[in-house]
Amino acid sequence: MTTVPWLTILAVVPLAGALVVALLPKGADLLAKRVALAFSLLVLAGTVFLALQFSADATTQFQFAEQHDWIPAFGVSYAVGVDGIALVLIALSAVLVPIVMIAGWHEADNAVGSVKGYFALLLALEACIVWVFSATDLFLFYVFFEVMLIPMYFLIGRYGGPRRQYAAVKFLLYSLLGGLLMLAAIIGLYVVSAQMTGTGTFDYATLVGLDIDPGTQKLLFLGVFFAFAVKAPMVPVHTWLPDAAGEATPGSAVLLVGVLDKVGTFGMLRYCLPIFPDAAAFYAPVIIAIAVVGIIYGALLAIGQSDLKRLIAYTSVSHFGFIVLGIFAFTSQAQSGSALYMVNHGFSTAALFLIAGFLISRRGSTLIDDFGGVAKVAPVMAGLFLIAGLSSLALPGLSTFVSEFLVLVGTFTRYPVAAGVATLGIILAAVYILWMYQRTMTGEPGDEVRSKVTEIKGREVLAIAPVVALIIALGFVPQVVLNVVNPAVERNMVTVGVTDPPPQVAVAIEGGSK
Amino acid sequence: MNIGTAVFAQETVLAPANGTFSLIWLLIALPALGAAILLLGGRRTNAWGHLLGVLMPVASFVVAAFLFAAMLGQPAEERGAVQHLYDWQIVGAFKVPFSLQLDQLSMVFVLLITFVGSLIHIYAIGYMAHDPARRKFFGYLNLFVAAMLLLVLADNYLLLYVGWEGVGLASFLLIGWYQYKDSAAVAAKKAFIINRVGDFGLSLAIMFMFAVFGGVTFETVNAGIGSASEGTATWIGLLLLLAACGKSAQFPLQAWLFDAMEGPTPVSALIHAATMVTAGVYLIVRSNAIFDAAPTARLLVLIVGCISLIWGAIIGCAKDDLKKALAGSTMSQIGYMVVAAGLGPVGYVFAIFHLLTHGFFKAGLFLGAGSVMHANNDKINMRHLGALRTVMMITFVTFGICTLAIMGIPPFAGFFSKDDIIKAAFSQSPVAGVVTLIGAGITGFYMTRIFLMTFLGKARWEDDQHPHESPAVMWIPMVVLAIGATIGGVLMWPSHWLETWLEPAVPYQEHAQTLPEWLWIIITVGTALIGILWAVALYRREVPVTPPAGSLLTRAAREELYGNEINETLTMLPGQVLTRSSVFFDNRVVDGFVNGMAAVVWGVSGALRTVQNGFARSYALTMLGGAVLLVALLVLVRL
Repeated sequence: MTTVPWLTILAVVPLAGALVVALLPKGADLLAKRVALAFSLLVLAGTVFLALQFSADATTQFQFAEQHDWIPAFGVSYAVGVDGIALVLIALSAVLVPIVMIAGWHEADNAVGSVKGYFALLLALEACIVWVFSATDLFLFYVFFEVMLIPMYFLIGRYGGPRRQYAAVKFLLYSLLGGLLMLAAIIGLYVVSAQMTGTGTFDYATLVGLDIDPGTQKLLFLGVFFAFAVKAPMVPVHTWLPDAAGEATPGSAVLLVGVLDKVGTFGMLRYCLPIFPDAAAFYAPVIIAIAVVGIIYGALLAIGQSDLKRLIAYTSVSHFGFIVLGIFAFTSQAQSGSALYMVNHGFSTAALFLIAGFLISRRGSTLIDDFGGVAKVAPVMAGLFLIAGLSSLALPGLSTFVSEFLVLVGTFTRYPVAAGVATLGIILAAVYILWMYQRTMTGEPGDEVRSKVTEIKGREVLAIAPVVALIIALGFVPQVVLNVVNPAVERNMVTVGVTDPPPQVAVAIEGGSK
Repeated sequence: MNIGTAVFAQETVLAPANGTFSLIWLLIALPALGAAILLLGGRRTNAWGHLLGVLMPVASFVVAAFLFAAMLGQPAEERGAVQHLYDWQIVGAFKVPFSLQLDQLSMVFVLLITFVGSLIHIYAIGYMAHDPARRKFFGYLNLFVAAMLLLVLADNYLLLYVGWEGVGLASFLLIGWYQYKDSAAVAAKKAFIINRVGDFGLSLAIMFMFAVFGGVTFETVNAGIGSASEGTATWIGLLLLLAACGKSAQFPLQAWLFDAMEGPTPVSALIHAATMVTAGVYLIVRSNAIFDAAPTARLLVLIVGCISLIWGAIIGCAKDDLKKALAGSTMSQIGYMVVAAGLGPVGYVFAIFHLLTHGFFKAGLFLGAGSVMHANNDKINMRHLGALRTVMMITFVTFGICTLAIMGIPPFAGFFSKDDIIKAAFSQSPVAGVVTLIGAGITGFYMTRIFLMTFLGKARWEDDQHPHESPAVMWIPMVVLAIGATIGGVLMWPSHWLETWLEPAVPYQEHAQTLPEWLWIIITVGTALIGILWAVALYRREVPVTPPAGSLLTRAAREELYGNEINETLTMLPGQVLTRSSVFFDNRVVDGFVNGMAAVVWGVSGALRTVQNGFARSYALTMLGGAVLLVALLVLVRL
């Protein structure tokens, strides 16, 4: 165990960066960008360092743990620490923030807000992300769960597209509604803990250890779950996402859909299941049904979109259905699959949004029908877009396939019908991705495309190449991430008190199968 | 159907690969490396890209030949080996290795893929000589070969799936090679999506395997299948059949195959002979233990094979596009293989035998068709061809040999392999026997028609056509394939070598011979001759340049027996309705409700708002107010 507060440092660095960038003189845009990028790379380096220190088979649940009293009167403390799942999600955002900055180098140049403001907000958001994933005190988690909204609100509302105000307010209202219910549930939980132990607490381990009465669990679960379902987002509380992601700059959309939304599914896995195991088991069939509906419904909506960014947003609605399905299937394969899915989806969505962003900024339109024939004028960009799309449709050999299949196979062992219906999603995914590819990339380019759409540039390649490399590499060596998340999932399963269903037929092979 | 006393030989555990067999990974790595260099290297590799592209599959073939020799040097039971490369994914009991398995069945596929694949690569040097992106084309071809090799070398179903989909991706890229043409782009997408329907089956089959057997390696599944219920085996079998139908273009998932002709002709040769469509047959034969335990599933395999056999053959009779007629023929010939696989241990070996001979003569036919296109300014409508015999002697002869082979005329390879299937079919099911026999007659008809319209008769060339023989780099592969199509029968005759070779990996059971051999030859060759003579009678005279109206069946066959229309009515139209109504529902109902609520809330809060303003403040206040309310509520309920 280390005494250096690594996690706090990891969160303070981007926060400090945000302040430094914000305090830079007006007009020093290039300097602001460079400083911001430097800070984000520093965070990335720190995360890599931390990940290397992380021990996958440690006996304690949280590593790099810190704890300090904050509001002792209410049992609130500043407590942070990460398990494998939190670590990989922090790593995801640490990788994506610099990529988003490089890809969106000119994203804020003509916005209402200042350039330095944009980059400062990105760093502030990153700080919140580190805290929200590493909090081990429920109140601390809640604080950052809410505070996180503010930088995102401004990123959408000041730097987004024509309907940015509507989108930002909608995003905020939805999140606030969820947050409010969560606050109520958390306070309820505090009251319950006070009743059961004598002193109220928000400490994660203590709350997990409580054996809360099932009736109360069901009530409190709903409050917390609703907040996470909005954030994830699950059908039918998903309609803020296409607006928010459609109006946000591509970079903000990446962080919104790729990282921020993961707080919802992360929360389900981290909080809903271990604290309310009975309630989770009670609601699981309903949630699974909603998740499966989300997979199919989101995919159908994606097929029907005419706007590039909204289409990508709807594919995420479908993908979040898979993640939630895996979480509530209560098998180690499905849950590890979901955890891995959160990471992989971050990369694949990033690739899609960023390349869509390159296309949109060139062509000056987000409508799919305004493209066509791009492959002829910008073949490399078309090729990269195809790889991003293939990763979205979970092509075997790419990282997303591993996670999607783990979710499905894990779900199948407990809920075969749900898994069967969800698997239909792979056909629909091929339709929405390949049809989008066909409409934007193939055919003879029109005059506008021919004159405006140019081949991908060096800076853009620099941003996309690492993402594509990760998508391919994690398809072949997913175990790198699985080794880190598996112990956290196993612990979760033990806490909830479930085990994987055994195979129907006991197979004994001499020599054993690897 | 009798399962009889089939020998379930595959229960033997394969040894870890060492010595020479530690080279197995190279088989895939070489073409994969080629693809990586050619696709990442960009323009820098233009000058020598095609040479590297050819070198890689050839090198892979050399490794394969080396491994084959090493296998021959081992006793039959010890020939298989598994090379464990690393642990691919492990979560709880779900342990999937990245392991390659080279046994007798994989070996014949590897040899076919690398040998025929290499010939097609060589041919493509000439065929694609004028394409500015030839280097990229070779990158895709290498990817195709690498994926197909992974498919046949994987030691578990999940890894097989990676190769399976890799093949699908490569075919998508190559069918859509001329992607600036809308027809090509649509054809590529269609192939991928229809294949995804098959993937749905494969995915679920693998999930079933894990749930039932706790593992997805061939070894685990084969070991456990005996203890599983017949219902389970049937489910898995049917799902695998769905997968096979997609990849192998069998009824009802055949529609993509005809449109796939949008790709350059070497691609068609690769798809139809060495890779892709043979994958479904491989999957069924590889999963023989499952189908042996599931008679219903196996019966359905037989039925699908019978329908596809006739369906493809009928389409082949009516198409005026040379390549599309050959595509119909592929569907039909793969149908033969599926029929054979559906016969169980009586037929597995013959399915593989026909797959090998077909690999030669169908590749030869497609390369011949490519040579014709190359010589005729890309004209492929046979009504504008004719009399090419006079100007393309080598293409004429090699195409002719392959035609004789596919029609089942002795002593060419197809005669042996098709005869074996017909005889085996009659021994198990008279209906299947009759279907395969009728199929042989129709094959005689459509191949004769193709041959007459293309090479014989009067020249119906248009002004821009100046036919000439193709360069040596193109005709040499055609000659090699024609030689293979001529002597390929030696695999089974006179020594039954293939049967003995495959035995440890693929169970074989001899079927009862009801008729003497000479009578069989008279029946099968006689049936083919009827088809041939019928076609000669119809097409020996002048072929009209504009197609005649034709009978109802001819018109239906030209439209691929309305396969596309059926798909559209059953899936696309309902899908479109569902999509549109979902979008409407989401915008108007789901989001509409929310926006309506928001309007109400804004209205109310607007009325309540007095001095305070600003978002953050009202937010904090709402939050506080709500919290107080709820705490109060909780306290009231609890205390």
